[in-house]
Amino acid sequence: MEMRNVLCQELENLMNQDDKIIIIDADLSKANGTFSLREKFPTRALDVGIAEQNMASIAAGLASYGFKPIILSFTPFATRRICDQIAVSIAYAKQNVKIIGTDPGLAAELNGGTHMSVEDIGVLRSIPSVVIFEPVDNTQLKQALPKVINYNGPVYTRMFRKETPDIFDKINNYKFDLFKGDLIQEGSDVTIIASGILVSEALKASEILSQKNIKPEIINIHTIKPIDEEIIIKSAQKTRKVITCENHNILGGLGSAVCEVLSKNLPTPVETIGIKDIFGEVGKLQELKNKFEMTADDIVKAYYKLKTKFN
Amino acid sequence: MTTNLDILDINNIINASKEIRKLTVECIAHLGVGHIGGCLSIADLLAVLYYSAMNIDPKDPNKIDRDRLIVSKGHAGPAVYAALASRGYFDKSELKTLNKINTNLPSHCDMNKTPGIDMTTGSLGQGFSCAVGIAIASKLKQDGAYIFSIIGDGESQEGQIWEAAMYSAHKKLDNLIAFTDNNKFQIDGETREVNSVDNLFDKWLSFGWDVHQIDGHNILQIFETVNKAKKTKNQPSMIILDTIKGKGISFVENAGVSNHNMKISQEQLEIALKELI
Repeated sequence: MEMRNVLCQELENLMNQDDKIIIIDADLSKANGTFSLREKFPTRALDVGIAEQNMASIAAGLASYGFKPIILSFTPFATRRICDQIAVSIAYAKQNVKIIGTDPGLAAELNGGTHMSVEDIGVLRSIPSVVIFEPVDNTQLKQALPKVINYNGPVYTRMFRKETPDIFDKINNYKFDLFKGDLIQEGSDVTIIASGILVSEALKASEILSQKNIKPEIINIHTIKPIDEEIIIKSAQKTRKVITCENHNILGGLGSAVCEVLSKNLPTPVETIGIKDIFGEVGKLQELKNKFEMTADDIVKAYYKLKTKFN
Repeated sequence: MTTNLDILDINNIINASKEIRKLTVECIAHLGVGHIGGCLSIADLLAVLYYSAMNIDPKDPNKIDRDRLIVSKGHAGPAVYAALASRGYFDKSELKTLNKINTNLPSHCDMNKTPGIDMTTGSLGQGFSCAVGIAIASKLKQDGAYIFSIIGDGESQEGQIWEAAMYSAHKKLDNLIAFTDNNKFQIDGETREVNSVDNLFDKWLSFGWDVHQIDGHNILQIFETVNKAKKTKNQPSMIILDTIKGKGISFVENAGVSNHNMKISQEQLEIALKELI
């Protein structure tokens, strides 16, 4: 199932349970899978048209009245386009608004560079109080949504909207915690910390490395802010080498956040896989991953680079 | 809530507008500098709102079905604080903390600091959109509240104002009553010279609003027009207030474009207070 369908199903469940939840689209409800909600909740599923600034501040107004608004758009329009509205109307004013952006980073595919958010995490990470969450798969998204929506304060969810490989449904009794990272695979030679669609690349890289008797520890950081420092430090203590993998600029996102944790607590060599401070462009996801050097092979190369440099 | 004004009521509101001006200039002079021009231009409106038009309770600032006021031109904070203090939301002595470290009265309105402030504003254009969200919320709750919002004429250069104007007419938010403080000045000069927002009446009319244009310093006219706006159905109302930036204190009025954020000395305060008797 596509992630947007899980999103819609879960929103419907939550809106049935809680009449304070309101969703606001900005003319992308068909792309984001939320269009059908307006038939079920005609007064609580709004569409402001192509006016994202208005969407964000209207949500803040609704929140000030006790509602729980969720605003949705593509990641660039849900973040950089409305940065000041998120900062002032929502975060500074302490309004309980949830922001959902789809098609993060390379996932914008054929929409190309204008629609490719390489900066959304970096931008929002520097706005006080905003929680930043990036689900990996349907299982995680499904468990996360009630927790995200019932968290009291602004949360930005950046999510892939199409089919994505299952990761967490293979883990028995997976239990999501919004503020704890997930140890997906134990290892001892290198820590690979991945988010979003790069988790599956990290697992592929692990298969390649394990053939050479290298045992990577794989961690998913789904909440980039506030970040789970404990899981990062604990793993780095063991492996003394870290690779971060993210579908975002290597400046300002997961890589930076992990380096901040390690440099303060346990200085550790880090390699960062991600978009190397350049803009995006059109292409299919796999083609873009290849071109931007964000594949399992690139993670393997990063391991050997770390090993050569610091062993 | 008053529906008809007798002579006593009018005098009461006129006195309130004088007190709001007096408290505003006092707190700005105490600090030495502030957004005096755009505070004085809305003093008469604030007097009508806080002394007759709004269903509010100073003893219960968060009363559940109260009317709301979102001052989207958030830099008029000092005038709003003066109105709130004069209505007893907090002690008038607190006005002297304006813009000082750890104050509850910051330059721009902050709902998390000041009792009686319904929305945090200051980044222009946003407060008005928030007011639209609040008007939608009130409709959903069917609590019968009126949502008032004040925007500046310079602020009307912000695109977000027109996004909000379009959507609130589309949603037929007849519980939303907005005011434009048409004082014709902005920081960089006369609004007409910087980026004209002329023909405001026609602009709002074409966006589907119920529009009025009146003398923003005529208490009776403001009161009567707000009452008309309250009765309007299926449309939000815009009341364009033709105002004078710095109204009520001659040396502030005469400063013209320089009165947006100006220094006020103790000597000037004395002159001002004499004029406001």
